[in-house]
Amino acid sequence: MTFQQTSTARASKSSLFLRSQMRNIAPFATLILLLIFFSIASPSFATIDNASNILTQISVTGIMAVGLTFVILCGEIDLSVASIANATGIVVAYFTLQESYVNIANIPVAGWLAVALALAACTGLGLVNAFGTTVIGIPSFIMTLAMMQIGAGISALLVRGQIAYNVPDIVSTLGASNVGGFPTIALVLLAFLLVGHVTLTYTRFGRYIYMVGGNREAAEYSGVNVKLILGAALVICAVCSGIAGMVGVAHFGSAQQNEFDGYLLDAIAAVVVGGTSLFGGRGGIGNTIVGLCVLGVLNNGLDHIQIDSFLKILIRGLILLAALIVNVYVQNIRSVERAEGA
Amino acid sequence: MTTDPLDPSDTPRLQMQGISKSFGGVAALRDVDFTLRAGEIHGLVGENGAGKSTMMKIIAGVHTDYEGKMLIDGKEVHFRSARDALAAGIGMVHQELSIMPDLTVGENVFLGKQPVTGAGIIDWRSMMSGAHEQLKSLGIDVDPKTRMGDLPIGLQQLIELARVIFSGARIIILDEPTSALSPPEVQLLFDVLKGVRASGRSIVFISHFLDDILSISDTVTVFRNGKLIVTHSVEGIDKGWLIERMIGAGHEDLEESYTGTITLASKPGQPVVLAAEHLGYGRAYTDVTFDVKAGEILGIYGFMGCGQIELARTLFGKIKADTGTLAIDGRKRRLRNTTQARAAGIAFVPENRRSMLFYEQPVYKNVSISILGRISRLWLKPNVERAIASKHVESLSIRPPRAEVALGALSGGNQQKVALAKWLTHRPKVLVLSEPTRGMDVGAKDDVVKIVRALRDEGLAVIVVSAEPETVLSLADRVLVMKKGRIVREFTNETISKDRLLEAA
Ligand SMILES: Nc1ncnc2c1ncn2[C@@H]1O[C@H](COP(=O)(O)OP(=O)(O)OP(=O)(O)O)[C@@H](O)[C@H]1O
Ligand SMILES: [Mg+2]
Repeated sequence: MTFQQTSTARASKSSLFLRSQMRNIAPFATLILLLIFFSIASPSFATIDNASNILTQISVTGIMAVGLTFVILCGEIDLSVASIANATGIVVAYFTLQESYVNIANIPVAGWLAVALALAACTGLGLVNAFGTTVIGIPSFIMTLAMMQIGAGISALLVRGQIAYNVPDIVSTLGASNVGGFPTIALVLLAFLLVGHVTLTYTRFGRYIYMVGGNREAAEYSGVNVKLILGAALVICAVCSGIAGMVGVAHFGSAQQNEFDGYLLDAIAAVVVGGTSLFGGRGGIGNTIVGLCVLGVLNNGLDHIQIDSFLKILIRGLILLAALIVNVYVQNIRSVERAEGA
Repeated sequence: MTTDPLDPSDTPRLQMQGISKSFGGVAALRDVDFTLRAGEIHGLVGENGAGKSTMMKIIAGVHTDYEGKMLIDGKEVHFRSARDALAAGIGMVHQELSIMPDLTVGENVFLGKQPVTGAGIIDWRSMMSGAHEQLKSLGIDVDPKTRMGDLPIGLQQLIELARVIFSGARIIILDEPTSALSPPEVQLLFDVLKGVRASGRSIVFISHFLDDILSISDTVTVFRNGKLIVTHSVEGIDKGWLIERMIGAGHEDLEESYTGTITLASKPGQPVVLAAEHLGYGRAYTDVTFDVKAGEILGIYGFMGCGQIELARTLFGKIKADTGTLAIDGRKRRLRNTTQARAAGIAFVPENRRSMLFYEQPVYKNVSISILGRISRLWLKPNVERAIASKHVESLSIRPPRAEVALGALSGGNQQKVALAKWLTHRPKVLVLSEPTRGMDVGAKDDVVKIVRALRDEGLAVIVVSAEPETVLSLADRVLVMKKGRIVREFTNETISKDRLLEAA
């Protein structure tokens, strides 16, 4: 038998710290590297204007990602975010007066009522998700997969292949205007990030989210109503998605079928790339912010450099894979430490 | 100071020299020299957090980063993984069960060393028959094709023991292996261990049951505070001797509560707090009727798997009984989930720490989770949480005495105290404890006994469910004995001993 001789294979204290902080450091390092790379590769990248662009581009994804952070922290997943966003955006347009050439059998109502109906719609879809997952016991992965289809179905039925353009004033103010040169949609995102962070970090509900994600059984044995918490997270996620859908429709200037298709992947990627554990209990809005920036910089930066546009898709996929590897790898370090601590 | 039971001239099987290990600056082992001879059973005792498991995990290649030298048969080695250690003939059963619940019994027995046919395919037939053979010699008669998770926990533990014992390892480390076993199963295990010893292999046996240590070991080593205090032949030492070295002088009274007989004394005139009538749940238990009064500790004793675990879970709303009723303070209650049970005034500590605690979270969050609703409505008040937790950390003498430490860094016994601390801030009406002292050292057990008695004296109704006769005897005012899902015996107002309890079960 040949084993390494007794010697100094001791990890220093600082490397131990680094290892335990890997979850937070890796995404941040990725962000810095991407920023440096694109700044050097393209003169048009590192400008104030472009920063504002990036911020606008990540807004819709970001609002969804806030809700998704709650769900993923519980150790669950919501695959219906983009679909619910799409359906809600269409619902709000459906209840708004459209130009005469728009061939949709819609029902115009007052702006505030249209918004209220849209909010009710996404809350309802969230409640269905919550009911299926907690009361019936369908795994969230499957339940929200079905909801993805249901959302698409609702969208299809309402617009029937047409495109609607008008949304209530309040929605277009939030989604497609500027205050002092700053895009309001980005302000909406910042508000969601802030409220999400405060809720998760400083409220009792937020603590329950982390505890349920950390050890569901232990939460139950501590008298926490685990099903209520999971359900609430799913409803919060659906409402965030719905609002993202409404401001998104205003931002894009139209409401139509399959408008948000790319957003599911981006929202999940933002949360996971940021370092929130897919197994629940670890991470938070801070991580989601970094993840959003990584994704935003990547998407935007690739447009600034001369590169085969088909290759871009592959590059995004590879970066996502790398982030997933880090996420799971960090999880493994953690479970080894836990085993040692038994 | 050191006496060796065997001829001191031959090279020890294992020598650990000058071993030190620290976790994030906190020393867990300090300059320990430990020697294990061929063909001996070496008992290891010490308080919770003394460093026993840490030492053994170094030997088994789990902790690879330590100071000091390790010699097997006189040759120096440094393992880089548990796999290395296994290859060198070292097998360990960890304190916490580490079976694969979704694999079959056979696969569990042969984990990592499945027999393969010439074509490199797993040889299922010889695996299953081999597993059957091995288990039989441990007195276990189960179909090796059974899913592991479907077996009672005591059997799971025996099967895990079988895996290591029959792995061919020359050094077998058993870290508190009897925690889920019934007394007859323990006896069986000891017989097997004696056979293993006779074949010249070495065994390290860690336990907080000092009687077991004294009856099975050839040599005993005491750890205290990360240091090896003494290694001594088992000849001529007794429990008091061990306790004195584990905790220090002046604790000789501790042993009294665990030996001999106790006299039960019920307290008439107290109101009934919880009454169960004709409870039944699947095949786990049937027609269970009992009540518990304020200011009384009711012990429910039975072997592992007799339904007592399920009964305890029913009382906390984790399991819904199929039949029967439950009344609290005379009012019938249907507990649909644990939140309702807590609201009804019931508190519960499960036998398995893992299902009660958040390992990555600091101690104070673990303590506060069950009372968060009372501390805060919307906003968290971390300072209040810390203050409450610090109070319990001090009164239960949890070590290290800091509420900020991550729970996973505590030793097993200290984790158990945290699990208890969760329910001490806002007093429940009924406290249900499942195996409350499992894995605790004698001192900590004594602490728990004192805490629970103090709660009883404050008027709390306490139900203690346990498969350890010592636990029931040291706590209970009245004892029910369960057997195969039924209550078969009640002891009140009489003098009972461990033997009478075992007879009834
Ligand atoms: N993974 C870890 N990280 C940090 N500290 C640890 C870890 N494992 C153990 N410790 C600390 O090392 C010390 C020794 O722990 P160890 O588990 O060896 O005790 P023990 O003697 O086995 O106790 P018990 O009887 O409770 O199992 C304790 O203070 C414990 O808190
Ligand atoms: Mg231990």
